Amino acid sequence: MGSALLLLSATSQMGWSQTVQQTPSIFAPASTPAHQIYELSLFTLGLTGGIFVVVAGLLTYAIIRYRHRGSQDDTEPPQVYGSNQIELSWTVIPVLIVVVLFLTTTRVILAVQDAPKPPAAVEVTVTGHQFWWEFQYPKLGIVTANELHVPVSDAASPRPTYLKLLSADVDHSFWVPELNGKTDLIPNRVNETWIDPQKTGLYVGQCAQFCGKEHAKMLLRVYVQSPADFASWVKNQQQTAVQQQSVERGREVFETEACANCHTISGTTAQGRFGPDLSHFMSRATLAAGAAENTPENLRAWIKDPDTFKPGCLMPAMKLSDQEIDEVADYLATLR
Amino acid sequence: MSTIPITGAVDRPWILPSRGRVGMSALIVAESAIFTIFVIAYIYNIGRSISGPTPQQVLEVPIFATICLLSSSLTIWIAERALHRSNMKMFGLWWLVTWVLGVIFLGGTAVEWRKLIYQDGLTIHTNLFGTTYYSLVGLHASHVTVGLIGILTVLILTLSGKVAVRHAERIGVFALYWHFVDAVWVVVFTVVYIVGRS
Amino acid sequence: MSDRAIPIGESIDLTPPQGMAAGWLELLHDWVITVDHKKLGIMYIGYALIFLLVGGLEAMLIRVQLAVSNNHFLSPETYNRMFTMHGTTMVFLMGMPIIIGIANYLVPLMIGARDMAFPRLNAFSFWMTAFGGLLLYYSFIGGVGLYGAGSAPDVGWFAYAPLTEKAFSPGHTTDYWALALIVSGFGTIGAAVNIIATVISMRCKGMTLFRMPLLVWLNLVVASLILVTISPLTAAQIMLEIDRYLGGHFFDTQAGGSAIVWIHFFWIFGHPEVYVLVLPAFAIANEIIPVFSRKAIFGYPAMVAASVGIAFISLGVWAHHMFTVGMTSASNTFFVLSTEIVAIPTGIKIFNWLATIWGGKVRFTTAMLFCIGFLFQFLIAGLTGIMLSVAPWDWQLHNSFFVIAHFHYVLVGAITFCLFAAFYYWYPKVTGRMLDEKLGKWHFWLFVIGFHVTFDFMHIPGLLGMPRQIYTYEPGRGWDSWNMIVSLGGAVQAIAVLVFVFNLVWSYSKGTVAGADPWDAWTLEWATTSPPPVYNFAVEPVVSSRRPLWDLKHPEDPDSRYE
Ligand code: HEA
Ligand code: HEA
Ligand code: HEC
Ligand code: CUA
Ligand SMILES: [Cu+2]
Repeated sequence: MGSALLLLSATSQMGWSQTVQQTPSIFAPASTPAHQIYELSLFTLGLTGGIFVVVAGLLTYAIIRYRHRGSQDDTEPPQVYGSNQIELSWTVIPVLIVVVLFLTTTRVILAVQDAPKPPAAVEVTVTGHQFWWEFQYPKLGIVTANELHVPVSDAASPRPTYLKLLSADVDHSFWVPELNGKTDLIPNRVNETWIDPQKTGLYVGQCAQFCGKEHAKMLLRVYVQSPADFASWVKNQQQTAVQQQSVERGREVFETEACANCHTISGTTAQGRFGPDLSHFMSRATLAAGAAENTPENLRAWIKDPDTFKPGCLMPAMKLSDQEIDEVADYLATLR
Repeated sequence: MSTIPITGAVDRPWILPSRGRVGMSALIVAESAIFTIFVIAYIYNIGRSISGPTPQQVLEVPIFATICLLSSSLTIWIAERALHRSNMKMFGLWWLVTWVLGVIFLGGTAVEWRKLIYQDGLTIHTNLFGTTYYSLVGLHASHVTVGLIGILTVLILTLSGKVAVRHAERIGVFALYWHFVDAVWVVVFTVVYIVGRS
Repeated sequence: MSDRAIPIGESIDLTPPQGMAAGWLELLHDWVITVDHKKLGIMYIGYALIFLLVGGLEAMLIRVQLAVSNNHFLSPETYNRMFTMHGTTMVFLMGMPIIIGIANYLVPLMIGARDMAFPRLNAFSFWMTAFGGLLLYYSFIGGVGLYGAGSAPDVGWFAYAPLTEKAFSPGHTTDYWALALIVSGFGTIGAAVNIIATVISMRCKGMTLFRMPLLVWLNLVVASLILVTISPLTAAQIMLEIDRYLGGHFFDTQAGGSAIVWIHFFWIFGHPEVYVLVLPAFAIANEIIPVFSRKAIFGYPAMVAASVGIAFISLGVWAHHMFTVGMTSASNTFFVLSTEIVAIPTGIKIFNWLATIWGGKVRFTTAMLFCIGFLFQFLIAGLTGIMLSVAPWDWQLHNSFFVIAHFHYVLVGAITFCLFAAFYYWYPKVTGRMLDEKLGKWHFWLFVIGFHVTFDFMHIPGLLGMPRQIYTYEPGRGWDSWNMIVSLGGAVQAIAVLVFVFNLVWSYSKGTVAGADPWDAWTLEWATTSPPPVYNFAVEPVVSSRRPLWDLKHPEDPDSRYE
């Protein structure tokens, strides 16, 4: 069995783009709520670790000390039936521990959940879809997908991002471990969470509630940008999609084939809402919620048959000719 | 025989509760849990339908049927008393009355559903009210049906002279079930026809 | 009056039946029509063992798939089916039947009864359970069978709506899941009713409630808990089927139905359910630890009170599975508190076991080794449970492999360990022969090592952000090597289980003959022959203390003096 596994590891195919080498560890917090949770977790670990050492120590001692020695001895040990004082003491001590733990926990719950929202906060509406993320910035008039951009928030002038979480179909869960714990996206319900990342950079996460066949490939990226970078990203996203003459053919294919039924490209007749908005598709590093790197070859392969990267995703293979695929791909490649 | 006989002194008479009653009580607890969940679902969904008809528009309070069902708890008790006194005639009579009262209740439900479906166009598919209403009332009605089948069986056995005082215990256990069905109706009635319509 | 096979409180005919050299057909017939609690118990246990292998096989497929990143060993659908079937099988077709089977076999023997209160209901319950299991597994071939679109449910064992609604789960696999569990649920409720009636109404003379062995007490508590936990699941699944077949809208979010309500209903069942599984494991430890420490259980009344307490509290903690669904801070706080309170009665149990060992003369039989493993592992599992109950931390840990590690620590490290202990301890009673101790030691050490390699290391990818129920993961996330170790550990467990199965088969004909009381134990089941006769006790026992056989063996210092 073991060797079979090793063999597997050697032969496993290199299908998935290795775009980031990053572990989304919950012990590397980069945002206030994640940090508060991190501290609480250390406290809890210490407490439970202490309990473990004491109780496991006593158990080990008892088992070694009171093992049956010598097969000659077959007398029974003295029978002890119980003691109310002892029962009481090992009831009271845990009660005290629980009280302490409960109060500490409550403090963090209130700090994270009921934190007041500053007026400078960026607001984003996140909608979970099978199997991708839609991000709308209602105040900024931006719609994008799968890769969330937020400004960095420093302690001096905090600029947190508040996320309103909705779902278009089934339950999903928004989880970027370094920024905050997860919050579910549930149909018919509005949830909220917030982050205030203190360091620029890329933070990865993924959907954490089983939502169907491709739940595994519903990845998430959060780009935390300096105020200037964020502003220029916003500016770019607010523009209508560029239209270049040279890729006119591709646009026609896009609008006449069913693509337009499911995807929006601003400024064109494509206004579908079932799939991700593609107006600024090239501003994303990945394709289809992180299923592949956004490269020309991958894009072609995706349009030809989405199942190569994401078997079971809800975009059908459109059965385009190779030429049409090239044209559409070239067109999409201009949408910066 | 390698069995070790265990003998000890018993200091008092050894009487344990009847297993029939214990078993039925346990079953009733489980049934209550099922009803509780359906009741919670009903209450939670009051007013959440996104289309009509609403309970206020179409539900009428089934007062007569309710009186019938509740009084059947009394008649089954009278029948039981008669059985204990070995008065088989009275037993049969009151048992029959119980059955008739139950049938009237079920008939009432049938008439009500007929009106809701054909006149008001409310089916289980129409809206959330329809879904929760038919499920909860239907769950209760299915329990009434099971009870009526039981009562009828005993009735037939009585008429053919097979029931006697020595069966009082079993009849008593069965009557527990019937009382439960009645008691649940009080809850269902309150939730569906009073809370749900207000 | 024919629903008791054996007369109670009357004398019975002990002459062995003549001409019993039956062929296999008659033998089969005999087992199918039996209402004997011992045969039914054995059938429950055999049935559960088969599903342990099946569920374990599914776990192995899961582990092969996850051993390396970006693996293509299983397709996404197959993987999703595997964890759904693995979880459902292990909980409903392995866990529930095996605890009911053990209760079925032991409870009447331990209270000196000749059978369960309702022997025919008992048989009916077993066959319902069995039919439920077959129905669930029929979904694999249901594809070409009844309605088309089969091949096993793939919605996870908690089957969150609306993923299970027709719109997102077409075909019939979800129906198989719901219907199979409704059917086996009826069986379970029947068994619980039966156990309660047996314990309350069938005790032998002198067996007052507070003289019952703890195993009986805990099974009484569990059976009561089953009444109020399985039924909510049944109710919720009926609602789901109303949605799917009749076009209802309970969980149809498009028509105003609610996704949250399903989550509540499932965990109102699901949380107490885990205590339904663990209390019988405690029950087993309660019998074995005293015997091999050669001491009476410490604090019997406290143990009873703690079990009842756990059962009650467990009804009010379900939303600790829902800290991430967006409850108010007040509800979150409430469920943190209620969950952590469970630690108190559970702690009492751990400490009482410790005190039982303290001052004893511990004999390291295989059964005792498994119980010792259980004590340590349950301690750790409980403490990781406490970590999860800290709501903010749970926002991170929820649905990650940390949770998977937590509950396998209980389900495997505590429950399966106790079940194995029970096999080594009671196999002689059931078959008349001892399980081989040497193979037993092999089984134990392989399983402990496999267990720790698998589930200790499984916590780590969870802390590193690896969610559960994903069929594969990106390379470069730092999860690869942990998963490889975990998978290797799984393989060691599989070998251990095979050793165990071999031991069961081999010892049946080759094991040393046991005699009535091989462990020098104290409860009533050891007072009759191994295996016990159909009627259990030729003379109905009369007891005057908690440990009737101790009194018999130590007339100078009987237990009755201390109660
Ligand atoms: C039999 C099984 C079993 C048992 C006994 C437990 C016991 C406990 N469980 Fe576990 N749990 C599961 C099976 C079990 N669990 C399963 C299957 C799931 C996941 C289901 C799914 O999502 O698929 C789960 C998930 C789960 C969650 C949700 C995680 C999530 O999905 O986000 C939580 C959160 O609070 C939790 C907590 C606890 C606690 C506090 C206990 C307590 O009962 C533990 C108490 C014991 C101790 C604490 C140790 C002994 C005590 C002492 C030595 C005294 C001193 C200690 C203190 C004062 C702290 N469990
Ligand atoms: C009592 C319950 C129980 C038990 C005993 C186990 C036992 C094991 N489980 Fe299980 N598990 C669950 C209950 C249980 N599990 C539940 C409830 C879930 C959640 C499901 C969900 O999310 O929906 C889960 C999920 C789960 C996952 C997570 C899947 C995911 O979310 O992506 C994993 C992954 O490693 C896993 C692994 C294992 C392993 C390695 C064992 C091992 O201990 C198994 C050891 C046993 C064997 C290895 C059998 C050996 C025998 C053979 C191999 C021979 C076979 C021969 C024949 C069939 C003829 N389990
Ligand atoms: C039936 C609806 C549907 C049609 C038709 C459709 N798509 Fe899609 N498309 C989707 C969905 C849904 C996704 C998201 C898939 C996922 O990530 O799981 C998607 C994703 C994409 C993406 C990746 C977007 C991103 O942000 O990563 C591209 C590019 C794309 N589609 C292009 C096309 C093209 C070109 C066509 C026409 C030839 C097309 N789509 C037709 C539904 C559709
Ligand atoms: Cu979306 Cu999992
Ligand atoms: Cu729980």
